[in-house]
Amino acid sequence: MVESSERGALTEAVFYILLSLYKPMHGYGIMQNTKELSNERLSLGAGTLYGAINTLLEKNWIKLIEGEKDARKKEYRITELGKKVMLGEMVRLKELLDNGEKIVGGEE
Amino acid sequence: MKHIVRKAYWDYEKEEKWLNEMSAKGLALTDYAWCRYTFTDTPNNEYIYRIEFLENLPTHPESMAYIKFLEENGVEFVASYLRWVYFRKKSVEGAFDIYSDLESKIRHFKRIGAFWKVFMYFELIVGLINIVIGLASISTGEAHIMNLVAGIITVILGLVFLKLDVQMSKKIKKLQQEKAIRE
Repeated sequence: MVESSERGALTEAVFYILLSLYKPMHGYGIMQNTKELSNERLSLGAGTLYGAINTLLEKNWIKLIEGEKDARKKEYRITELGKKVMLGEMVRLKELLDNGEKIVGGEE
Repeated sequence: MKHIVRKAYWDYEKEEKWLNEMSAKGLALTDYAWCRYTFTDTPNNEYIYRIEFLENLPTHPESMAYIKFLEENGVEFVASYLRWVYFRKKSVEGAFDIYSDLESKIRHFKRIGAFWKVFMYFELIVGLINIVIGLASISTGEAHIMNLVAGIITVILGLVFLKLDVQMSKKIKKLQQEKAIRE
């Protein structure tokens, strides 16, 4: 049984970071990609991104890509565990959206 | 051309606002030493400035890794003072915020609050000791007025830090309330 804190919702920042990292990307790429996907709504703060990346590395949801030694920018990629978390989160989000549409959707 | 402005700020958010107003007028901060700002002429609104209070001194390996990460993301390290760091980013690159979520904003405010608290206790304790010494000396006849004066000044300084800490606590409380209902 997973602990209750392990079943909670992902933050918006984490959701978009994980989503971005289905392709290898560095920090700046994640910021740009998030902005683009959210139609400019969400602009990740560099400090927020830094904190989230370190936590995700620690949890092994993402990993550092071993590049050339003198690679100036670190690139990251989602792990299998991270993908599992994403799938779980999407099921949860779909439940919310379905219920919302069922009740609020018909009220217009 | 360089312009030196001497100014003291207690509140870093007001300071940040001022730096951005200066930048809007074409004066970009390029260096900072205690209460001494150096500005350089730039086109109006060239940069957005942000001030951050780091967990460690800027020379600490963790801070260095963090600053390097920010630099990779188009953020420029301008200056630092103790654990306070001045960052800027070109405004053409869009909005610039260090923290975009409530949780990391709260953590940042808590760090600053803890910093003010240390000063507050220190000033209050040292101030009160001086006042006690000053008062005691009056009763023994050899009045140490200087202790009394220094004590009162130090206590007043302590109260300034108390005010800063209370302000920070209010901000933290507001964000925590917000965080209870949304991200």
